[in-house]
Amino acid sequence: MDRNNVLEVKDLHVSFHTYNGEVQAVRGVSFEEKKGETVAVVGESGCGKSVTSQSIMRLIPQPPGVFKHGEILFEGNDLTKLPEKQMEGIRGKDIAMIFQDPMTSLNPTMTIGKQIMEGLVKHRKLGRAEAKEKALEMLRLVGIPSPGSRIDQYPHQFSGGMRQRAMIAIALACAPKLLIADEPTTALDVTIQAQILDLMNDLKEKMDTSIILITHDLGVVAETADRVVVMYAGKVVETGTVEEIFNRPRHPYTWGLMGSMPRMDLSRDTELTPILGAPPNLLSPPKGCPFASRCPHAMKVCKEQMPETTDASGTQRVACWLEHPMAPSVEIPHDLVGGASK
Amino acid sequence: MGRYVLQRMMYMLITLWVIITLTFFLMHSMPGSPLQHEDKIPVELKEQILKQYGLDQPLPVQYVKFLGNLFQGDLGTSFKYDGRSVTELILQGFPASLQLGLQATAVGVLFGLLLGCIAALRRGSWVDNTANIFSILGYSVPNFVLATLLAYFVGVKLGWLPVGLWHGPEYSILPSISLAVLVIATMARYIRTEMLEVLGQDYMKTAKAKGLSARTAITKHALRNALIPAVTVLGPLVINLITGSLVVERIFAIPGMGWMFVDSIQIQDYTVIMGVTIFYSALIIVTMFLVDVLYGIIDPRIRIGGVKE
Ligand SMILES: Nc1ncnc2c1ncn2[C@@H]1O[C@H](COP(=O)(O)OP(=O)(O)OP(=O)(O)O)[C@@H](O)[C@H]1O
Ligand SMILES: [Mg+2]
Repeated sequence: MDRNNVLEVKDLHVSFHTYNGEVQAVRGVSFEEKKGETVAVVGESGCGKSVTSQSIMRLIPQPPGVFKHGEILFEGNDLTKLPEKQMEGIRGKDIAMIFQDPMTSLNPTMTIGKQIMEGLVKHRKLGRAEAKEKALEMLRLVGIPSPGSRIDQYPHQFSGGMRQRAMIAIALACAPKLLIADEPTTALDVTIQAQILDLMNDLKEKMDTSIILITHDLGVVAETADRVVVMYAGKVVETGTVEEIFNRPRHPYTWGLMGSMPRMDLSRDTELTPILGAPPNLLSPPKGCPFASRCPHAMKVCKEQMPETTDASGTQRVACWLEHPMAPSVEIPHDLVGGASK
Repeated sequence: MGRYVLQRMMYMLITLWVIITLTFFLMHSMPGSPLQHEDKIPVELKEQILKQYGLDQPLPVQYVKFLGNLFQGDLGTSFKYDGRSVTELILQGFPASLQLGLQATAVGVLFGLLLGCIAALRRGSWVDNTANIFSILGYSVPNFVLATLLAYFVGVKLGWLPVGLWHGPEYSILPSISLAVLVIATMARYIRTEMLEVLGQDYMKTAKAKGLSARTAITKHALRNALIPAVTVLGPLVINLITGSLVVERIFAIPGMGWMFVDSIQIQDYTVIMGVTIFYSALIIVTMFLVDVLYGIIDPRIRIGGVKE
């Protein structure tokens, strides 16, 4: 494992056994996260972003979920194989997670303070008084006004934005090395979204945490991420630095994504063009490239064989037959070029 | 909070008053009168007795008098047990009934909780299936059938426990079980459903993501949330117990309130009927109130009289 990496995911396969058969939710995902980096994971709904991130924390319910293959390396340990007891020692302490919906991800019958203190008591072995002191400090840190009275309140007494702040306080209480945020702003309204993102970025600097950020918002990606992982139908189709993905995207799916998703950084009259068709059924995924049926540039080989992942630069990797030396050259749709210069 | 409790007390008193009034007039509209079976008493004497109890006066006057006495804590004297006050009779029968009720509730809630939790956590296993079958049975077999069966098999055939009467702790076992089974069954079903629901909630994921063990996550986060809906059925269940004990006490010949109540209706012992009705009603109303308070303790969202901030 590279010393500069906090996390390496290697060829991860995760399936769910359902009544209808095996849902192959994640089918060979690889990426790494460098220390201090923010990696954004993007892709359409159902492409396996949440399953991948919950696999890292091993929060996938097993059964029905199973790790079929692959490794998740964190500090030299393969998290897919670690005994549950050791995994408990990592969750919340070294790796923490923020979920999408702050309305449902806090326990309605426990005070905010207690919910923050739990992790501290477990991992930092703090006494009640110390833990409460630390919880107060966390509430102050995430910008909750009058934390002294807020600490004894219940989630229903908090607004949505404040609940997500509280979630962040819970997640960061033990100063984790890695923070996974699964669409942390999707359920919030726009003005609050920006505040929460700013807060996360701010705390990331302060606490020297690496972040995996799952999002649907390319504007957020452009603003906060260092690198981008583009997922499609349980696979990583392209990765690269933000500059590469925004300025020189190479996979037709990435082009489609860029053209179809709202972006805060582009002018309003840029027209959004949806990607036609739907992702393949993961009960019986196609043997070729999963995007072939929707790809305007699909060739015969695309439908028959999955392309290898090839290096386009030192940092950019693409899984597409167009990268093959014998493939015809295809122009990037011109309205995407340079659209995202930061 | 203080205002809320006061308001509730007012409602409770009004409810009680309505029940008293309804019972009073219904009781007097029953055919017959307290002395109809006493053929040997001369007519003049009958009239004198009726006069002594104030039964010769018009109904509204009796009603007002009754309420007046009630306010002073006087429930009157029994027609049957000459000279004994109704309060005295109630106090004599109540301890047995109370013990029975408390035992049945405690056993029912405890085992129901356990069974429901285990069933949910071992969903689909033989424990779960057995618990389900037990729940359906416990839910559908009336307590008097169960009481009779228990009395016959465990009491008469096996001779392990006394079939009736009330002379010590062992006498309370069979009647308590007869009453508790419904509570166990209902609680188990509710807790199982709720527990499964709660285990799938996002905050359970949050709890696990903090590094809590499965056990801590369940005891600290799941249990309390799963209890909330179960508390709502606790009220009706306890009331069911109270009324159910009327019959079960009869089957096991327990000298409790249930026995007295049924008896008093059959012989139209007006004062005892009224006294016991008021007592039971008050008990039920207070139980409902306590359940509401409990509900507020468990679920912070409905504290402060249901007002969200
Ligand atoms: N418990 C489960 N049982 C069966 N299938 C599941 C389960 N959890 C996830 N899946 C399947 O795995 C696939 C990937 O789901 P995932 O939640 O990772 O998508 P996502 O990329 O996070 O989508 P979104 O953007 O909507 O959050 C989906 O097809 C989903 O149906
Ligand atoms: Mg998701």
